[in-house]
Amino acid sequence: MTSYCSLLYLAVFLPAVVLIHRILPQRLRWAALLAASYAFFWSVSGKLLVFLLLSTVSIHHFGLWLTVEQQSRDNQLASAAPPDRKKIRQRFTRRLRAILLLAVLVQAGTLLTLKYAAFFSTNLNHLLNALRLPVNVPVPSFLLPIGISFYTLQAVSYLTDVYRGAIRADRNLARLMLFLGFFPQIMEGPICRYGQTADQLWAGRPVTWQGLTFGMQRILYGMIKKIVIADRLNLLIKTVFNDYTNFSGGIIALATVCYTCQLYMDFSGTMDVVIGSAEIFGVRLPENFRQPFFSRSISEFWQRWHISLGAWLKDYVFYPLSMSGPLKKLTGAARRRLGNHYGPLISGTVALGVVWLLNGLWHGAGWHYLFFGFYHFVLILAGSLFEPVAQRLTAFLHIDRTCLPYRIFQTVRTALLVCVGELFFRANGLRAGLAMFRTMVTDFSVEPFVNGGFLSLGMDKYDFFITLVAVGLVFAVGLLRERGLSLREAVAQRPLAVRWPVYYAAFLFLVIFGAYGVGYVPVDPIYAAF
Amino acid sequence: MDYATCHDLIDAHYLDSLTTLALVAELEEAFDVTIPTVEIIPANFNSAEAMWTMVVRLQEEG
Repeated sequence: MTSYCSLLYLAVFLPAVVLIHRILPQRLRWAALLAASYAFFWSVSGKLLVFLLLSTVSIHHFGLWLTVEQQSRDNQLASAAPPDRKKIRQRFTRRLRAILLLAVLVQAGTLLTLKYAAFFSTNLNHLLNALRLPVNVPVPSFLLPIGISFYTLQAVSYLTDVYRGAIRADRNLARLMLFLGFFPQIMEGPICRYGQTADQLWAGRPVTWQGLTFGMQRILYGMIKKIVIADRLNLLIKTVFNDYTNFSGGIIALATVCYTCQLYMDFSGTMDVVIGSAEIFGVRLPENFRQPFFSRSISEFWQRWHISLGAWLKDYVFYPLSMSGPLKKLTGAARRRLGNHYGPLISGTVALGVVWLLNGLWHGAGWHYLFFGFYHFVLILAGSLFEPVAQRLTAFLHIDRTCLPYRIFQTVRTALLVCVGELFFRANGLRAGLAMFRTMVTDFSVEPFVNGGFLSLGMDKYDFFITLVAVGLVFAVGLLRERGLSLREAVAQRPLAVRWPVYYAAFLFLVIFGAYGVGYVPVDPIYAAF
Repeated sequence: MDYATCHDLIDAHYLDSLTTLALVAELEEAFDVTIPTVEIIPANFNSAEAMWTMVVRLQEEG
C-alpha cells in the first residue's frame, strides 16, 4: 500500500477498518484505529515501524518528565515566601528548557540523521575536495520511515505545548500512539496539534450515515483531482523535466505550469482523501488548503497552501525566535529609529529567514529545495518592504486596490511567481532549475503551440481537454468556497432524484476520465516522499 | 475595513505574522506588559477587544 488513492487502500483496507470500527463497542474503537494505523505503517515501511514506536515512547516519557517538574515547581511556589519565588521560577525554567531541548534533539536528531546525513556528508566531501584535502567522510544511506517529516513535527509541537503549559502531558501511551500514528494522516499530514485530534481519536465516535456519505464524497472529489488531473499531467512533466535541454522556453513554461497544477491537485487531492477518511470515523482533521490560487500575494498564498506546515513554523519557530530576548531588543531599538512598519521587520526578517531555511530543508535534502525556500523568503520580504510604496503608488495613480481588475492582476501575478518557485522545486537539482529558468526567459517561443509540437510530450488533445474541464470544475468549486458556499452541503439538501445523479456523475467522471490503466503508470503521492 | 469592530483579524488573514509582530511590540510598549509566545494565538488577536482583555490579564498577572 503506497498511496491513499490505491485500490488496495480504498476498496480493501479502509472498508475493512470501517467495518471493524462499526462492529466494536465504543470503548474499543480506539484499539481498532490504533491497530489499523500500525498495520498501515507496517505495510508501507515494514520494520522501520520501530522509529515511530521509539519516537512515541520517548515523547511520552519526556512529556511526563516535564509535567513532574512543572508540578514540583508549582508545589514549591505555593509554599515559598514571595521574595523566593523569582529564584524558584528561574531555576525551574532552566531545568524545563533543558528537558525540552533534549527531547527536541532526540526527535529532530533522528530526522536529521536519517534524512539529511547523506546530503551534508556529500557536500562536506565537495568542500574537502575543493580545499584539496585528502579526506573523505563516508556517505551514509538510510531508509526513511514513511511520514517521519510529519510525525516528528507533531511530536515537537506536543512537547512544546506541554512545556508552555498549553496542554497537560498525556499519561495514556495508547492515546499518544494514536495521535502520532493515525493512519489517514501519517503519510502526508496535515500536521495536527495534540489538542486538535487526540481526544477525537480516543472518543470512539460511531460511524454515522452522514459521516460516511460526506467522507466518501470528499474522497471522491480528491480522487478526481489526483487521478483525473495530477496523474494525467505526469508524463508531460517527466518528459520535459528529465530532458530539459531538448526543449525551448515555451515548452518549459508549459511544463512549469503543468507541474504547479499537478502538485496542487496531487497534494490537495490526497488531503481530500485523508480528511474524508478521517471524517468517516467522526474525526475532523484541520484543513491543509484554502483555495491557494485565489491569493493576492505570496504571503497570503502561504496562509492558504500547506496550512498546517506554515502554522507549525509560525508557532514553533517564527514567534519564539522573533520574541526571544536579543531579537526583542532589536525590535525595540529598530522601532524607535525606523517606525512601526520597518522596525519589527528587521527582527522579523531574521526569524523569517530561519523559517524559510527550515521550510526548504523540510521538503528535502537538496540545494534546489533550499533555493525554493530562499526564493519565497525574498518574495515575502519584498512584499512587506514595498507595501507602503505600493500603497502610495496606487493612490497616486488613482487605482482602486479593491476593484476586480486590480485583484485579478494581483492573483495572476502571485500565481506566476508561485509557478517560478515550483520550477526550482521540481527541477532535478539547482543547476537544472537555473538552466530551465534561463531557457524559459531567453528562448521563449510560441512555435510549439502553433505547430502542435506540445502535443507530442505525452499528452494529446484529448488529455489537454479532459484536464482543462477538470481544472475548470475544481476552479468552480473553489470559487463557491471563496463565497462561503459548500457544494457538498448544497447537494445534500437536494431531493434524492437530484443528489444521486450528481454522485453517479462524479463517480463516472472519475472512472471514465481517470488516468489509469494502459498507457499510464500509477503515480505515488508527491508529498509522501517528503 | 474597521479594525475597531472586526472580530476575525487573524482568522480572516487581515494580520499576517509580520504585522502581528509589530502589534505585539506596540502593545508591550504602550501598556508595559510582556506578551509571552504562548499568548500569540488567534483568540487573543482576532479583535481589539480580545487584545485588550489579554493586556488587562497580563497586567493583573504582573
